[in-house]
Amino acid sequence: MKISVIITLKKDVLDPQGKVIHQTLDGMGFDDVNEVRQGKYFEIDTKESDNDKAKAKVEDMCKKLLANLVIENYKIIDPK
Amino acid sequence: MKSSVITFPGSNCDRDMDVALKKFGFKNKMVWHADAELPKSDLVVLPGGFSYGDYLRCGSMASKSKIMHSVINFANSGGMVMGICNGFQILVETGLVPGVLLRNKYLEFICKNVFVKINDKKNRYFKNFDNEVLEFHIAHNEGNYFCTNNQLKEIEDNNQIAINYCDENGKIEDQFNPNGSIKNIAGIFNKEKNVLGMMPHPERMIDKSLSGEDGSLFFKNLINNLK
Repeated sequence: MKISVIITLKKDVLDPQGKVIHQTLDGMGFDDVNEVRQGKYFEIDTKESDNDKAKAKVEDMCKKLLANLVIENYKIIDPK
Repeated sequence: MKSSVITFPGSNCDRDMDVALKKFGFKNKMVWHADAELPKSDLVVLPGGFSYGDYLRCGSMASKSKIMHSVINFANSGGMVMGICNGFQILVETGLVPGVLLRNKYLEFICKNVFVKINDKKNRYFKNFDNEVLEFHIAHNEGNYFCTNNQLKEIEDNNQIAINYCDENGKIEDQFNPNGSIKNIAGIFNKEKNVLGMMPHPERMIDKSLSGEDGSLFFKNLINNLK
C-alpha cells in the first residue's frame, strides 16, 4: 500500500527558500503571489495492507523521523 | 582524560577534532557510528561535517545511528557531550538540546571568523575562563537557531544559552548575527549543562600560524575543568 505524506513548515517559522522562490516568481511576472512556503512530499510503499494500521505506522514515522515537530507539521494523505 | 570522537558517514571535522583533543592532553579514540559501545570517556564529541549528505534535515539520519543510543544514555547519565556544527545539528535532532537549526537567513553558506560571547560560566565547559569574548570560525549553511517561544523562555530561565554572536568587544547586536539565529544564539546547553551544542569550530583555532589561538584557550580550559 502506498501512503503519501506532506510536510509543511509551521506558520511562524521563517522560510527563506520560499521567500526567494516568491521573489523569483515576482521577477518572472507572476506578480499576484501573496506568499510561497516550501515543503516536502513522501511516498511510502509499505507491506502493511490494512489501511488504518498502515496510516498509524506512517504517523509514527512522521513523529520519529520524517518531520521535526518543533518546526514542521505533517499530513498523511488517505490512500484511495 | 579520555575522549571519543564519533565519525558518521560524511563527517569531515572528525580528524581535526582528534588533533585538537590530543594536542591539549586528551587520550582520544575515534568511534565509528555503527558501533554499539562507547569506549570509557570523559568527553564525547560529535564533529562537524555533512553526515548522510544532510539528507532530509541536517543531522536527522545520524541522530538515529546505532552509536547514538549509547551517546544519549551517556548524556542522560551526566556525561559530557559536545556537538560542533553538524554535531550540534545532530544533538538537536536527538532532542538532547532544545530547538532546531534552520537554513541561514540569507541562504548563503557562511565561512568566516566570528566573535562569540560566553553567556554562562556555571558549567564545566566555560568555568574558570578568563576571557569573555572568543574568536572562532564558522562554516555552515544551516546554523539559524530557532525554537518556540515556550522553549526560549525555558532556555533563558535556566540560563541555557552558552554563547552568542557578538562583535570583538562582546556587544550582542543584530548586525553581528551571521545567520539569523534567535537572540544571536551560537551555542546552547541542555538543562543540566553537560551537553553543549555550538555552531563555531574551536578545533580550527588551535594554531597561531594557521588561524588563531582562542580554540587552544577553550580546550586547555576544558581539560582542566574535567580533571
